[in-house]
Amino acid sequence: MQLICVDELHKSFGDLEVLKGVSFSVKEGEVVAIIGRSGSGKSTLLRVLNGLESFGDGIVNIDGKRVSGLKADLIPLRLKVGMVFQQFNLFPHLTAGENVMLAPKVVKKESREHVTELAMEMLERVGLADKFNAYPDQLSGGQQQRVAIARALAMRPKVLLCDEITSALDPELVDEVLEVVQRLAADGMTLIMVTHEMRFAREVGDTLIFMHQGKVHEMGAPEELFTRPQTPELASFVKSVL
Amino acid sequence: MIQFTLWDIVSHLLIGMGWTVGLSFAAFILGSTAGMVMLFARISPNPLLRQLAKIYIEFFQGTPLLMQLFLLFFGLALMGIDISALATALIGLTLFTSAYLAEIWRGCVESLPFGQWEASASLAMNRWQQMRYVIIPQAVRISLPPTVGFSVQVVKGTAVTSIIGFMEITKTGTMIANATFKPMLVYGLVAIGYFLICFPLSAFARRVERRSYATYMR
Repeated sequence: MQLICVDELHKSFGDLEVLKGVSFSVKEGEVVAIIGRSGSGKSTLLRVLNGLESFGDGIVNIDGKRVSGLKADLIPLRLKVGMVFQQFNLFPHLTAGENVMLAPKVVKKESREHVTELAMEMLERVGLADKFNAYPDQLSGGQQQRVAIARALAMRPKVLLCDEITSALDPELVDEVLEVVQRLAADGMTLIMVTHEMRFAREVGDTLIFMHQGKVHEMGAPEELFTRPQTPELASFVKSVL
Repeated sequence: MIQFTLWDIVSHLLIGMGWTVGLSFAAFILGSTAGMVMLFARISPNPLLRQLAKIYIEFFQGTPLLMQLFLLFFGLALMGIDISALATALIGLTLFTSAYLAEIWRGCVESLPFGQWEASASLAMNRWQQMRYVIIPQAVRISLPPTVGFSVQVVKGTAVTSIIGFMEITKTGTMIANATFKPMLVYGLVAIGYFLICFPLSAFARRVERRSYATYMR
């Protein structure tokens, strides 16, 4: 079943058109990696899917519902679409556990006992059950990012968007975050991730999207794209990153 | 001619000082409440509300407190509203305080990383929930030192209300100085009175500043 369907999506910032007719679809349980040079529009695309950016022309369908851009539709959309950011964006005044509990408690109005249990379960899933009472600044970057993943998962989203989630990490902390994502993928979570980790995109992704100048330039099985790029743009990109 | 003992002078000044403290306190509490409302307007997504709040703040920050009090005192009288010096002083200082606090707090809210708004939005929180659970708790922490620091300005601002005849410590001092012909003694005591109110406040401001810095660096 198609969970996400994007058709001829356009988006401009003032005079600058950053998305010039993007089309692709994502099935439930599919893991999509989006790669491309900076400025190719990949982060903007992700932010549109979460309603953090509005868009111009085109159709975006998520879980059978058309994304309208109306304010009233934003919250139902975000209940289905979770997001993890490059800079973690944990709430620094709350402990790891409280970070995870906050949205289920205040948005979904779930009971205190339930959200405590939920937070414990989610932190366990990212391997940080023992950090329940730690504040973000007591955690390493990798741990903070794992808490951010747990926080997004606690809302039980249908799809998780990951926007360069390892780009702000020290190299030795990248793997612990990627392992968590890999486990999520194995558990059947639908994932769309913008990433610079080519090895990871190749190994974990079901589908690879190469964005170039605001468009989906190539799309297909990662192995295929990496070994036999069809366009000179992807070929030169692969060459530059491998 | 009546002779004033030092105690006569001091006891009257103490009563005036009581009014200064009371007026400052009331203006600060009411001003904080009104300031909170102005803050929400100032950072509202609605451009009209934002603009109105901006004009309000610019007016009270851009004109002397004395002019604001005159406008209130005489303006309301011209409109046929009889208003006491106390009420004028309280309303005037409340408006003045609310404008400054709204602007101080806006700075604190806007100093938070934009990622805090985005992360809370992506968790399906509405604007009110974002403010209540994510933005305000962090902004309060940053705003404590400048807010307490501003309370000193409010205390000193009450001196201006002596012009419209409110009997706080400065007005009391002026009257005693005129009666005793001892301006240096009386105004010296008045100054000590202000210092006794303001020094603990600024000392407290320094303390919370150190503490919030320590929390931040934890």
